[in-house]
Amino acid sequence: MNGNELLASIRAVVGDDYVIAHREDLLVYEYDGSVDRSMPRAVVLPADTDQVSRVMALAYEAGVTVVGRGSGTGLSGGAITPPEGLQIAFPRMDRILDVDTVNRTALVEPGVINLDLDNHVRRFGMRYAPDPSSQRACSLGGNIAENAGGPHCLAYGATTNHVIGMEVVLEDGEIVHLGSMAREAAGYDLRGAFVGSEGTFGITTKILVRLLPLPETVRTFLGIFPDIDSACTAVSAVIGHGIVPAALEMIDALSIKAVQNVTDAGYPNDAGAVLLIELEGLNEEVDEVSGEVEAALWDTGAADVRVAEDDAERERLWVGRKTAFGAFGTIAPNYYLVDGVVPRTRLTQMLRKVTEVSERYGITIANVFHAGDGNLHPCMLFDAREPGVMESAMAAAAELMEECALLGGTLSGEHGIGLEKKEFMPLVYTDADMEAMQRVREAFAPKNRLNPGKIFPDGSYWRPSAHPAAYTAGMYI
Amino acid sequence: MVSAPDRHSDAGQHMGGGIDAGHGFPYGLPFEGSLNDGPGFAGSDAPAEADLYRCVHCGLCLSACPTYVETRLETESPRGRIALMKAVHEGRTGISDRLVSHWELCLQCRACEAVCPSGVPYGRLMEHTRAQVQDNGLQSPELGRLSRLFLKAALPHNRRLRLAGHLMRLYQRSGVQGLVRKSRLLGLMPGDLAAMEAQMPVMGRQFFEPGSQVFPARGEKQMTVGLLSGCVMPLMQGDAMRAAVRVLQRNGCDVAVPAGQGCCGALNLHAGDLELGRQLAKRNIDAFKQAGVDVVVTASAGCGSSMKEYGDLLRDDPEYAEAAHEFARNTRDITEFLAGLPLDPPSAQLPWRVTMQDPCHLAHAQRITEAPRQVLRSIPGLELVEMAESSLCCGSAGFYSLIQRDMSRRLQRRKIGNATATGAEVIASANPGCISQLEQGLQNAGAEAQVMHVVEILDAAYQAEG
Repeated sequence: MNGNELLASIRAVVGDDYVIAHREDLLVYEYDGSVDRSMPRAVVLPADTDQVSRVMALAYEAGVTVVGRGSGTGLSGGAITPPEGLQIAFPRMDRILDVDTVNRTALVEPGVINLDLDNHVRRFGMRYAPDPSSQRACSLGGNIAENAGGPHCLAYGATTNHVIGMEVVLEDGEIVHLGSMAREAAGYDLRGAFVGSEGTFGITTKILVRLLPLPETVRTFLGIFPDIDSACTAVSAVIGHGIVPAALEMIDALSIKAVQNVTDAGYPNDAGAVLLIELEGLNEEVDEVSGEVEAALWDTGAADVRVAEDDAERERLWVGRKTAFGAFGTIAPNYYLVDGVVPRTRLTQMLRKVTEVSERYGITIANVFHAGDGNLHPCMLFDAREPGVMESAMAAAAELMEECALLGGTLSGEHGIGLEKKEFMPLVYTDADMEAMQRVREAFAPKNRLNPGKIFPDGSYWRPSAHPAAYTAGMYI
Repeated sequence: MVSAPDRHSDAGQHMGGGIDAGHGFPYGLPFEGSLNDGPGFAGSDAPAEADLYRCVHCGLCLSACPTYVETRLETESPRGRIALMKAVHEGRTGISDRLVSHWELCLQCRACEAVCPSGVPYGRLMEHTRAQVQDNGLQSPELGRLSRLFLKAALPHNRRLRLAGHLMRLYQRSGVQGLVRKSRLLGLMPGDLAAMEAQMPVMGRQFFEPGSQVFPARGEKQMTVGLLSGCVMPLMQGDAMRAAVRVLQRNGCDVAVPAGQGCCGALNLHAGDLELGRQLAKRNIDAFKQAGVDVVVTASAGCGSSMKEYGDLLRDDPEYAEAAHEFARNTRDITEFLAGLPLDPPSAQLPWRVTMQDPCHLAHAQRITEAPRQVLRSIPGLELVEMAESSLCCGSAGFYSLIQRDMSRRLQRRKIGNATATGAEVIASANPGCISQLEQGLQNAGAEAQVMHVVEILDAAYQAEG
């Protein structure tokens, strides 16, 4: 079967209108939120599981690779499709099929937007906890592929903790069920293996997620510190008290400046760092823990501790945090964000390394990150038009990755490995480790037809966009 | 080191069609050269490289975009449209009918701009792109026809507009319209003509006319404001214009509606006719300068948005750059102006249940959402209820409803559904296009509610004082 015959058979399955194959249209399916791009042969928009299965079977027979695409907001190149590969996207599979308020679950299709699900279940007094910064655009299918996180994953865990079961189509079109449609599953936890497999194991077509009751009270604190070291100590002190806040975010002096340039989020301009801490739970519980949190902040040298008085003030504090990366545009035209993790007791040490690397390479680095779970996002700010600066930024990023690994951390908190970081994998895994992973992948996708070329090193290093105009403005996320 | 996974090494041969030959791994640019032989961007009005590359395709705009929300297609998203502009800029494709179709489906509502964390000036990019499309004669035939008919031949010319308005009013009120609609005549007309008949705005009972007269302030005069009468609003919604005058008078303003002014040029600019847009801007700058007003107020959100951007539009014009900048700085939407005053609150009760529909060019382009609500909340007895998606475009978008009829209808139905779900008896708006679109949508849905401009509601409260 040649390419055109394959497309004709696929059109017969999904309908002519639901295959995008004109290259002028495909120009918009060659990117995601990362810096890579590659044009697929076609994009298929199936309506249901059966169509996904039949399309995958046809592609399998033709020996064509398949990549799933959610909303294309990923930051590691997960949805980038190899040339001649087929992309499957889910705009037509975006239904919330069922909300079970008694068992607190929702059955959804992969195209459902994260925030739409959360908003939908709020009317029943429930929530969907994982809240990546892209939550108003990203889809549940994509969240599963990347095991997406978010500020509130500190207390509630990342996507994997909220997925109970899945219907999945394998590379040859076979439909299997992973996990369970009940709360507990017998046998191997293949659901756990699948979440975060970055589209290399199969394509999800139905998802059963766990919902949580809305908290009775939410209280948000702003801890203001003279320097980043004392803020790091405060993070350890809060957690050391046995408190697990719903969110615990750090914003350094440079990021405060950037945020305040754009909007008044209520962060003091002269602070060395601020901590954004959110407690949730029953009224009594929150009252009790609030005292302990405040004490921990004062004890570790806070210059001031503020509590959001109302929803509007709380919102304002969060807007600052969530728009920080966009606000870096006021400091430098380009940025490159590194997603890395260290044990939270090593935060101070890691941030010192960041400062040292910043000085040695002469590159400004801002820090705004999920301090509670040690998930750093050092962000290099530069002007890519300066000769050699891109190379320096990439080299500095590599050093930071190495340091994360050295301190017992890992390469990615929530963005995935994809194309961006695959060459760094040997920093944290031995050959034997990675071979074990590949064997699991082989069990799911023996022909490796799903999202190939991602996650594992193969010598093709990540590189920035080839068009020089991209350097003149804008940012690398 | 693990050996590389057994990649799809045979995929290239299987997927024939001769596309992208020679490009296997690593991932990279899929082709060299242009996809078609269409023209590229050229000249000083081309979309600026610095604007284009502010977009880092993060995707946070997607859920704000009405056409993406409806279609969930990347081609119909702000990020996708910018990617197509970049592709033209980079010489990877020329402007083609296909690209134009994606650009023309854009409502230019600028909801994406308001949520963009990188500050991409999307409205400007789209206007400049449309200018390139128009310069190359590549507009869709529907848009081309309407541009010639309305944007060039009618809107800029007040006398012709008024004549057309009289004819339309005659057609609508004489009973001829009823006869035509009952007959099969419409079925014989070309598609877009019949649709235009169906979407013809209902002419107001009484037109509103600019002139040399100044409407005096009631009580102590605080300042002199100039009111934009513009093009079609005085014909379609003369009542709202008169309400605007009365409300301003009541709040201590001498109101001048100087003759010599005209269309603000917004629709020309949106369609990409930057040159005509600049001429119209200059005419208004001159007219209001002569009237000697402190501020220029408009009851049309779309006009206000364009007028506030006159400075940018004329920045390279040595004669007008400064005056345009000043004009822009002194322009206010009427709700913004009223909310900024110590507004004289009505003393009478107006026990209405009202929901606010945010016009795109007020909420997104001017970032004003609180002011109209503040004005409405100043009215005793009025209950303000929020609708879902209040700032998602209603599908009016200038002439969009005549050209992209299907998408316009879909958004209209969605908006009417959200508005009526609140149980409000009045839908408040602040833009003539939205008001017509909502009225027609209510009529199609057979719903009871009424559409009013925010100032008409405030005026009604003042009138109720007796």
